[in-house]
Amino acid sequence: MHMSDALVSPAVGGTMWILSGGTIGLCARKVRQSTRDNLVPMMGILGAFVFAAQMVNFPIPLTGSSGHLGGGLLLSLLLGPHAAFLVIASVLTVQAFFFADGGLLALGCNIFNLGFFPAFVAYPVYKLISGGNPRPARHYAAAVIAAVAALQLGAMGVVMQTSLSSISELSTAAFTALMLPIHLPIGIVEGLATVAIMAFVARAHPAGIALARPAAPAPMPAGMLVWFAVAAMVTGGLLSWFASTRPDGLEWSLARVAGREEPSPGRTPAHRALAQIQSRTTILPDYNLRSTAGLANQETEGGRTAERTGTSISGIAGGLATLLLVLAVGACIRSCSRARPPRGTP
Amino acid sequence: MKRWREIGQMDEFGRIDSPVHNLDPRAKAVTTIAFVATVMSFHRHEITALVPFLLYPVALLSAGRIPVGPVLRKVLLAAPFVFFVAVLNPLLERAPVASIGPIVITGGWLSFASILFRFVLTVGAALTLVACTGVQRLGAGLESMGVPYTLVTQILFLYRYLFLISDHGTRMFRSMELRSVGARTAPFHVRASLLGSLLLRSIDRAERVHLAMSSRGFDGRMRTLDALRFRASDALFVAGWVAFFAVARTWNLPLVLGDILAGGPG
Repeated sequence: MHMSDALVSPAVGGTMWILSGGTIGLCARKVRQSTRDNLVPMMGILGAFVFAAQMVNFPIPLTGSSGHLGGGLLLSLLLGPHAAFLVIASVLTVQAFFFADGGLLALGCNIFNLGFFPAFVAYPVYKLISGGNPRPARHYAAAVIAAVAALQLGAMGVVMQTSLSSISELSTAAFTALMLPIHLPIGIVEGLATVAIMAFVARAHPAGIALARPAAPAPMPAGMLVWFAVAAMVTGGLLSWFASTRPDGLEWSLARVAGREEPSPGRTPAHRALAQIQSRTTILPDYNLRSTAGLANQETEGGRTAERTGTSISGIAGGLATLLLVLAVGACIRSCSRARPPRGTP
Repeated sequence: MKRWREIGQMDEFGRIDSPVHNLDPRAKAVTTIAFVATVMSFHRHEITALVPFLLYPVALLSAGRIPVGPVLRKVLLAAPFVFFVAVLNPLLERAPVASIGPIVITGGWLSFASILFRFVLTVGAALTLVACTGVQRLGAGLESMGVPYTLVTQILFLYRYLFLISDHGTRMFRSMELRSVGARTAPFHVRASLLGSLLLRSIDRAERVHLAMSSRGFDGRMRTLDALRFRASDALFVAGWVAFFAVARTWNLPLVLGDILAGGPG
């Protein structure tokens, strides 16, 4: 459930970057304060382990499909939540850069959805329910509940970020109804697999797990977290005020409503006010919008179609010409740089 | 696994010697972030105005002497999630917005095409950044840009052991398959035990690595030999591209070109 750049608006992406970045900063400080000197290689190699573990598919009971381990809860159990959050952030960064899973703008969203919830929600929930009780059934139940909670919250995060970006047309309710049931069995499998792996390790080599165990889990400083949340909300509000995606969407839906009813030549006061806000708030006027606004206000049907067709054709011709131009420039650069003998070949 | 070999290939691209590779990693990172933010700030239905932005990844790949095929393949491999979310747009948004002759185009199809094109642009730009920079240099750049060194070290470590651990896992699962001829799928507890065993081996390896590094004086920081220098050419690179993004964001260049080609008002 990686969010993709193509579904995130800059305002939402930027806000989530700040939230995740702040959490990374806090966790990095916590990890640096740790007295465990083997933590750096342990975190790196366990990150690589999570990567490898994600290749293994676990069959999901009753559905016939299969899912793989997310690893957030397992890492929290092994390393403590702060180090685990950093490991997940690094895994997601490598996935974004090398597998094209997610993307740069969506990286903040992904780190929050897949890292914050397992480390800072699922792990405390697991601790609370299992509560040092040695009975294995209790551990399984605790892990399943914790993992399901983390995955449902993460899926909800994907839905909220997509809806707020208003790039996908999917309604929030429909998307929620789609995402939450899909992630329910995945959460169950995640919980079961986490405990099964921990049980194996405890059985096979009880001393081994102590090497990775955290010294003492320290709680997240709540005050700092609140400040980060406030900062992120303020920035998000400012960004979305200036970024043109939201006003565009609003303007567009208003124009659509106006077009569907009687296309009145004089705009309503609300329209005018919105247009004024729009022209004042957008830094970069959207070229496309002009034809949209024109579309809603054209009086004659013929003139309307003609203008649209004209825009479409010159748009397509211009788009294709630009595409060819770009590719030609690329080919030109390539042949120019090939002409020179490469210095120091790899 | 093929997927792992392909990442190794990305790293090889990062070691090519070209003008683009010699740019400061910070300049490339900042420009790429500006690129992604600009592309994503367009209206949902925009397609034509996005075409000029293709110049950025294309120019970088060309000047960096990086083959387009592997990069493009990776972009396509990552497409399914976006495709399934985007493909619902045509069903949900049916208001016509344009027409080409008899064909009427609805807003949903426009935004569908727009999402897919943006996906290619943004993912392509991120992959291009790595292919033109390499992991080590990118890590050094990130650290000097204020990313906590704990995270940067973590990323470099993860990257270093990714191949070793996953090769190990692949070998373990292959031998399991060889020993269980005829069984279609291994039961849940077998998979969990295999992963547990891989986890133990990983922990052991981390412990060995830690001892080896401690005996060589590792203090928790990774250092690179070549120091980063932000030169005038780097500033020019950033300024030039950001100016281009601003121009292409303000004016719909293909539409202007199309008008000129059609002989209309330019």
